[in-house]
Amino acid sequence: MSVPPDPARIRAELAALLGPGSLLADEAPLAAYESDALFAFAARPAAVIAPRTADEVVAAVRWCHRHGVPFVARGSGTSLSGGALPVAGGIVITLNRLNRILRLDPAERIAVVEPGVVNLAVTLAAQPYGLHYAPDPSSQSVCTIGGNVAFNAGGAHCLKYGMTSNHVLGLKAVLATGEVVEFGGTSREQVGPDWTGLFVGNEGLFGIALEVTLQLLPRAECFHTVLAGYATLEQAGDAVAAVIASGLLPGAIEIMEQLALQAATAAVHADYPPGCEAVLIVELEGPREVVAADRVRLETILAASRPVEVRPARDAAERLAIWKGRKSAFSAVGRLSPDFIVQDGVVPRRRLGEALRRIQAWSREMGIRCANVFHAGDGNLHPLILYDGREPDGLRRAEELAGRILRMCVEMGGSITGEHGVGVEKRDYLPVMFPPEELALLRRVRAAFDPAGIANPGKMFPEGIAPALTQTGLHPLERAGVISRE
Amino acid sequence: MSPATLEELVAAVRAHPRVLPVGAGTKARLATAAPGFTPLSTRALRGIVEYEPDEFTFTARAGTPLTELAAVLGERGQYLPFDPPLAAAGATLGGTVAAGLSGPGRWRFGGVRDFILGARFVDGEGRLLRVGGKVVKNAAGFDLPKFFVGSAGCCGVLAELTFKVFPRPAATRTLRLTARDAVDQVRLLRACAGGRWELDALEATVEEPAVYVRIGAGEAALGPLVAEMLARFPGRELTPAEAADLWAVVSGFTWAHPGGALAKVLLTSGEVPAFVAWVRAQEAGRGWIAAGGNAGYLSLPPGGAPAVSPWPGVRLRGAGSRWLGPRRTAAVMTAVKRALDPAGRFPELED
Repeated sequence: MSVPPDPARIRAELAALLGPGSLLADEAPLAAYESDALFAFAARPAAVIAPRTADEVVAAVRWCHRHGVPFVARGSGTSLSGGALPVAGGIVITLNRLNRILRLDPAERIAVVEPGVVNLAVTLAAQPYGLHYAPDPSSQSVCTIGGNVAFNAGGAHCLKYGMTSNHVLGLKAVLATGEVVEFGGTSREQVGPDWTGLFVGNEGLFGIALEVTLQLLPRAECFHTVLAGYATLEQAGDAVAAVIASGLLPGAIEIMEQLALQAATAAVHADYPPGCEAVLIVELEGPREVVAADRVRLETILAASRPVEVRPARDAAERLAIWKGRKSAFSAVGRLSPDFIVQDGVVPRRRLGEALRRIQAWSREMGIRCANVFHAGDGNLHPLILYDGREPDGLRRAEELAGRILRMCVEMGGSITGEHGVGVEKRDYLPVMFPPEELALLRRVRAAFDPAGIANPGKMFPEGIAPALTQTGLHPLERAGVISRE
Repeated sequence: MSPATLEELVAAVRAHPRVLPVGAGTKARLATAAPGFTPLSTRALRGIVEYEPDEFTFTARAGTPLTELAAVLGERGQYLPFDPPLAAAGATLGGTVAAGLSGPGRWRFGGVRDFILGARFVDGEGRLLRVGGKVVKNAAGFDLPKFFVGSAGCCGVLAELTFKVFPRPAATRTLRLTARDAVDQVRLLRACAGGRWELDALEATVEEPAVYVRIGAGEAALGPLVAEMLARFPGRELTPAEAADLWAVVSGFTWAHPGGALAKVLLTSGEVPAFVAWVRAQEAGRGWIAAGGNAGYLSLPPGGAPAVSPWPGVRLRGAGSRWLGPRRTAAVMTAVKRALDPAGRFPELED
């Protein structure tokens, strides 16, 4: 194995390999890739490459494998768990130029896309045929399918239709070993172990998806969206449990709490019932006859849940306004505070009210503002923990509250992450969820895909005992202090 | 070997150098051990461990019969929406996962892979391990529960499984639509799939160009939906008794030759005519088209062996290799198999 001695040499070799047009080597562009949407973490890569073809991606990964240089694949950098955080001295491979929809087949209702295609672009391309791509993360207008696949992205409509993994039928990928594989295909059925299912959600630790086959669904004929305001957050949580237990299957059930309501009001002039600690959004969807019948049942359930006010959307414009407020809430809350971190732990849905009450109590006790905007129907919390990074222990205290919330989720039988992934941010909490033997299993699977530990190292697994460190010792560049693992 | 507890299961795996996990044997080919392998049945490892009706999730031991699950879920108006097949024949939950088999209802919300949340299994080293989670949404760690779907016992013995379930529709109606030929059948399948009706099941027959449609909803909504479909497509509504018979025949594969060969192949709707021709070209071949044309089942009389398949497939009954048609192999597949089963205690992926 020949090791390039320094970042300049890495850049020179990559420029020779790919052509200068695919290499961003100037200082200014490099700075833009130091972080993803989790700004608390930053690292300076040795080089950022922006391949124009899948072959260039394969060539770059094989080069990294040959030289033992770590690489991080990146789409639009919207990861909230630091999933696209660079490895200092490693390579960032941005996939935004691979943004072609290779095939859109309305008859079979599938799309084959490159990893840099933006999530919403798939739905926009499918729309003329009455189809859509179901997973709808809040960042859907910028986030890419490659990133969605790597982190098994969710969205507001997971309740009925599942996550990204439920919509990926097959994929082609280059693994960290340089091997190019094809999993699954264009059929909605499978035989043999579900390799596609295993790849989706690998957090970039297996390799890079080059082509992804997605299933498209007919757009629902009819939507009925209701906004209900509650005096207390716990009442809103209990209303969710009541809707779920009733046997209705809404397309989405979301909760926004006070701080998020104020922020959305300020940012997009959203209008919410006054005097409410929380607002519940329930959306029914389906054939008009089904929605009409479900609507009556929903009204009865909500009426019994002691709301302050119930506001059904009367037309498409009002529905869009409800969703605009909901989807803008994250960035809007960001304006309330210099810094924030967001968690996405999951609790059993029947314990939602209790979980929200505990978070509220901790927030008061610790004097940390916390806004919840989340996928209540799945029990998937999204507490936004506000802090000021200029205060000496601002981040530490925010992380302490985040830690309490994550431990609570695991104690309640839930998960530390519903859709953002473990990334760099929650890696120390993976052992809270999985005992050593099961962590070791996950590591063995990782090593099967990436024996050298060069694909997105430092993510998912706790620091210090990453497979590469235990199996191959320190990389020569690490020993020389040129690169380090985050 | 038929361990009844998790401890006995671990001991049984450790006691034998070559093990084939089996359930009730309703997919006989997948339950047939190669020479040197000891069959390890999970049939005695049964029972629901945890069921939270308000949570719409349950955890059950791998050997739990599907009929037992359906009864318990049914009491609360819930079900596994992918209609796991061969329930009446005694199929188990673990066998359904290992075979990766879904029934007609998979059309609406997805198959067995889309409802599995977590699993406990014994790996090749005899360790009882947990993968996935118990809540409806979980992105922590790799999605190994999905990987086990269709793994046919190659990577471990399933011990316990966690699934999400859905509310069962208040009522269903079944229509039999008629097409002119296999090409017209494709047109009909696609028109049904792309419509506003959100069908529960969409299947088709090989011996005649018919398409079967099931719609599930509240009674009030069903009337207009059925009327609209029948106004648009030629066909008729089945009586409740006819519909019950039909879905029992499909779910139980009783349309197939008793004691014969049975294989599943992967299709897309456009490949239905080629599949129909492939089935008809085989001596006494019978077929069924499932999941809106995404899967085809071939049955041959006892002793029959499927012709070379242009599509990837799995042999559920009858002699011969487990897999049919084109197979992809990759170095990483062997590496993952070794990660779960370093000593090769379970069958190889390509055996």
